[in-house]
Amino acid sequence: MNPLKKLIKWAQRKSPWIIHFNAGACNGCDIEVVDALTPRFDLERFGVLQKGSPRHADVLVCTGAVTMQTADRLKNIYDQMAEPKFVVAVGTCACSGGVFGDCYCVKGGIDAVIPVSAYIPGCAARPEAIIDGVVKLLSTLEDKKLQPKNPIVINSEKELADMLDEAEAAEENTETENFEENKAKEDNENA
Amino acid sequence: MSKNLVIPIGPQHPSLKEPACFTITLEGEKVIEADIGIGYNHRGIEKSCESRNYYQALYIIERVCGICSHSHSTCYLSGVEKLAGVEIPRRAAFIRTIFGELERLHSHLLWLGVAGHEIGFDTLFMYTWRDRELVLDILAMLCGNRVNYGINTLGGVRRDLEPQHIDDIRRMCAKIEERNNYYVNLALSDATLAARLSGVGMLSKEDALKYGAVGPVLRASGVKSDTRRNDPYLIYPEIPFDVITYDSCDVFGRVVVRVLEINESIKIIRYCLDNMPDGDIIAKMPRKIPAGEVVSRYEAPRGEDVHFIKANGTDIPERVKVRAPSEANWHSMAHMLKGDYLADTPIIIAAIDPCYSCTDRAITLNNAAGSKRTDWEAIRKHGIEFYRNKGVDVSRILLPEKINY
Repeated sequence: MNPLKKLIKWAQRKSPWIIHFNAGACNGCDIEVVDALTPRFDLERFGVLQKGSPRHADVLVCTGAVTMQTADRLKNIYDQMAEPKFVVAVGTCACSGGVFGDCYCVKGGIDAVIPVSAYIPGCAARPEAIIDGVVKLLSTLEDKKLQPKNPIVINSEKELADMLDEAEAAEENTETENFEENKAKEDNENA
Repeated sequence: MSKNLVIPIGPQHPSLKEPACFTITLEGEKVIEADIGIGYNHRGIEKSCESRNYYQALYIIERVCGICSHSHSTCYLSGVEKLAGVEIPRRAAFIRTIFGELERLHSHLLWLGVAGHEIGFDTLFMYTWRDRELVLDILAMLCGNRVNYGINTLGGVRRDLEPQHIDDIRRMCAKIEERNNYYVNLALSDATLAARLSGVGMLSKEDALKYGAVGPVLRASGVKSDTRRNDPYLIYPEIPFDVITYDSCDVFGRVVVRVLEINESIKIIRYCLDNMPDGDIIAKMPRKIPAGEVVSRYEAPRGEDVHFIKANGTDIPERVKVRAPSEANWHSMAHMLKGDYLADTPIIIAAIDPCYSCTDRAITLNNAAGSKRTDWEAIRKHGIEFYRNKGVDVSRILLPEKINY
């Protein structure tokens, strides 16, 4: 793997920065998310840090059912985040729409608008559950390749191994090509 | 000539946990106009209540707001019980009061932390949120959930207090009181806090009444108004407690009012524990509620909560209207922002303890005060006619036949 990607993956696992967005929640889950960051639960011991800007964040923590007003904004915020990015839906409303599922102004759960990596149910989700969800998400990062945008169907382990080999080979090729191109350019300029 | 600068903030922004959009017009550093865009959390709760029966609507109403869920459900239930002509058992009223005050405790501690965070005093944020956990532990012990307690039901409460619970609540009260005395001392004697918050977000007594402020915001402007005292419900008529007021009319006053109210809440909880009668916790309720209308009031941690319920004789409410306290405080907040520095906006906004999920209700004025609903075209015509009567008739202006550009 590319050493830079390895570094990014390591940093994400050791210190994921989160951004919190309320897509139409009742406040209960929001308070529990903040609660998880305060002394009793202290999510910061896993290196989790809350950030104000989506451009700085790795994990988008969403609460609440998506209302008509926030749907576009949620999509915008998701698009502003840098790859690779993950979305955690906190609370029953965020998972499925919950009690608000059939309200006229509600689109449904978070996954009605953006792809979601982890679901943490509960009304409201307890801080212990949120911590458990985040830790589980981090542990999946350890042994799997980062989640691709479009899910790939893999039938056997051999197929997966071949795919990974191909991907690595392709990366190395592009790197060497770029390197050679750059070198050729530099040589021309020097000449 | 200086040019005004318009700064849009939100809907996603780092200071608050909920979406709202503020458009702030600046002249230099001073705010001259503040426009508030809300409605991002509008889910259509009132409408969905109309398709559920009274029991199901209770769980929707409880989720209007996650912090003051007990306030909303109690306010709704006292209305429904009034319509049905059912009086809840005295023990149930005591338990509801205890929950209401526990909610006020944790809500005020939460607010104190958020206020500390907004002015860069993160130590206070961490302290109060740590202490708040003690209250949440008690709530979890009593009803099994930390937020959205689900303790209320039509005609009473769902769970009883056990003797060992009472000891635990007393122990928690002692701890919170000890911690809160520290915060009271901090609020009243710390020079830095006073320097940062005094004179910020001024709201005079007259303005507070004019813009219809409620709760701690109103009381910090020197108005002695508390629904628990003005229009008592549950067992408040018999409870001795003080209505805290402060007349500095600024954010500092709101801090003082809230920290002192925490002590009053502890006093009320202790009174309830001392005088709790034995008996049933639930009365029998009819499934169908007789036709009628009722307005019920409740003093939520953020101020006066008003619910209007219209019943039509079936088991489904015809109309439920929620007027949450934050909704009443928006107008005074827009007024408070004017004339202050941009740097003070976060704490001024936070000082009313805004709750957007409470606020975002849709309102349609239908024949209000005898007026008609008007559309844009009608207003346009009215404007033209109004100025024509004053002698300004734009249509009579003669344009030159040929204009050279």
